[in-house]
Amino acid sequence: MNGQNKPALGKFFLYAVVIILCLLWITPTVGLLVTSLRPRQDVVETGWWKAFAPRKAVGQDVYEKHLAPYYGPDGKAVEGVDLSDPELIGQFRRSIALTAFLREQIEKGNLQLEEMPDPQEMADLLTYLRRLSGAESAASRPRFTANNYVDAVVGYSGRANYIESCVEGNPDEDDACLGTGLTSERGMATAFLNSLWVSIPATILPILVASFAAYAFSWLEFKGRQWLFVILVALQIVPLQMTLIPIYRVYAKVGLTGTFLGVWLFHTGFGLPYAIYLMRNFLGSLPKDIFESAYLDGASHWTAFYKLAIPLSVPALASLAIFQFLWIWNDLLVALVFLGGQTPVLTWQISNLVGRFTGMHLLTAAAFISMILPMIVFFGMQRFFVRGLMAGAVKG
Amino acid sequence: MAAPKGQVPAIMKQAGHAPWLYLAPALLIMLFFVVYPTVNTIYLSFLDTEGEQSAAITCQEGQPCWGVLENYRHALTDETMLLAFRNNLLWIILMVPGTTILGLIIAVLVDRIKQEALAKAVIFMPMAISFVGASIIWNYIYDFQSQGEQTGLLNAIATTLGFNPVPWTTTGPWVNNIALIIVGVWMWTGFCMTILSAALKGVPGELLEAARVDGANEWTVFWKILVPIISPTIVVVLTTMTVNVLKIFDIVYVMGKGQPGTQVIATRMYIEQFNKFNSGISSAIAVVLILAVLPIGYINVRRFREQEAMR
Repeated sequence: MNGQNKPALGKFFLYAVVIILCLLWITPTVGLLVTSLRPRQDVVETGWWKAFAPRKAVGQDVYEKHLAPYYGPDGKAVEGVDLSDPELIGQFRRSIALTAFLREQIEKGNLQLEEMPDPQEMADLLTYLRRLSGAESAASRPRFTANNYVDAVVGYSGRANYIESCVEGNPDEDDACLGTGLTSERGMATAFLNSLWVSIPATILPILVASFAAYAFSWLEFKGRQWLFVILVALQIVPLQMTLIPIYRVYAKVGLTGTFLGVWLFHTGFGLPYAIYLMRNFLGSLPKDIFESAYLDGASHWTAFYKLAIPLSVPALASLAIFQFLWIWNDLLVALVFLGGQTPVLTWQISNLVGRFTGMHLLTAAAFISMILPMIVFFGMQRFFVRGLMAGAVKG
Repeated sequence: MAAPKGQVPAIMKQAGHAPWLYLAPALLIMLFFVVYPTVNTIYLSFLDTEGEQSAAITCQEGQPCWGVLENYRHALTDETMLLAFRNNLLWIILMVPGTTILGLIIAVLVDRIKQEALAKAVIFMPMAISFVGASIIWNYIYDFQSQGEQTGLLNAIATTLGFNPVPWTTTGPWVNNIALIIVGVWMWTGFCMTILSAALKGVPGELLEAARVDGANEWTVFWKILVPIISPTIVVVLTTMTVNVLKIFDIVYVMGKGQPGTQVIATRMYIEQFNKFNSGISSAIAVVLILAVLPIGYINVRRFREQEAMR
């Protein structure tokens, strides 16, 4: 029954299945990363998996339809008008100049058009002619660029990109450059800091409060201990969306709407049931001898709490912190209701971009910026993460 | 030495009011942020849109009327709600077994390879991504262009194979829901895998070896030994996922935005509250949702008490 050649085949099959599954899982994220690094024109035109494929020449179809019958495929068919001459093409700085030139050509009888190409086609045509004439090399548009990230960070919303039009160009003439920069309210830089300022206190606060409560549930005797804990466990099922309105009304009365304090407290309230549950599972599984001997040596509850319980539960605290941090960092709903657009956090900023149709190229960079910190936290502290899941779900 | 009930050593029982000092901050915060809104919601669910008079006044002549339970008539019989129930049911039927079975398969498979940690990290990674981020990620999979080159991966594959492109997220009634559920499975399988994997590690190796020596093949080992031993954990995963899926909100809200065909209970509740400002109906839907989750909460509490009795 233990054939010697079977394991090799089985092993191959095993690896094949695991690799396929991993590829399936990681493909969507890879797509996002690749897209976020592509120039905006490419993002609109082709799928991300074509990032390395040869590009279709922009404007070639327009040229072939309107100009090729007269000027030939290489642009040299009309004597005296050489469309492949870089000096001639270089004179046309904007497509409007090309339009004027074509009108002139029609008057001279070099060209007959039923209708002029529309402005977009004209722009494409100019791009094509620049490439045909060699006035601009094909390599001028890179396959990958960091511009999307720069634009997202500073909140640039114009048609070109921030570096070209605001830093190198003349910023005063362009609306899109006004209010952009690292401190722009529309930028991801500000939102990143807001997210941090929301997440860090809202992570520490519930863990602190939960540790106190979990200590009482684990190592202190009081009436109704079991029942109170059961109720806390049961409260985990309350849906968050339901609590937004009653809390919002109270907040409005006491002036907590739009404040960080309000958000911290809300997250604390919602993080508590799970945090207490997890901490209590962990603290309760510590050997009781150490607590007993501490008391016999005359330690007070407070000493036992902060000199024994807290240091011993560092793994649980860490995993809890990661969970809570990821949850708050990725939260949209609470931020939407209690902070809104005045103090935008990352998730709010991104969902706002979705509504503005500023172009998918910006969104992808913005999304990736929001993913960086969770990824670092997740990969850096994966061990704790797994342990935390375990303590919460399967008591070992 | 062993205390008869609970684990608190006798010497620590003279706590006086100390326990309540430790509990006070947690209890106060939970009272305000969780208990108060729950009670308030139950109360509001019997009132009109303004939350001032009995819901009975919103009854219209010639229409069925449930009196003070009028909001519940909407929450239980309105067409939009029936659609939400159906969609939520579809989510449960597909996503709960989907994540659990996939998680179990992956946990069993990666257990046998050297690169286990790497493979697990890849599967778990979506858990670290926000729903907003995920919806943007999946846009590059589901994207649809009515003409020209496809920029969504699925439609690019479809057109390459000679099929017509499909607007995945807007084709009702099944394709759009299933497209969203796939995103849910992508995000939550890592969670199930991690828990199930840890349970598998707890199965004694000698047991599996003994079975293999006795001639059992891997299939038999899996079904007759592994699955029965970790079945309590499987139940935990199933109940946790059922609660999660019943409360599913973000994926539908962000990705299926504005589409009546993909609404679920939680998004209906949100729309009634924040778009239609109808707190009565919204509260009734919330109560229905809590009632739906309650049996699972009961299972969890019972399981917890069994565990407590054992320690």
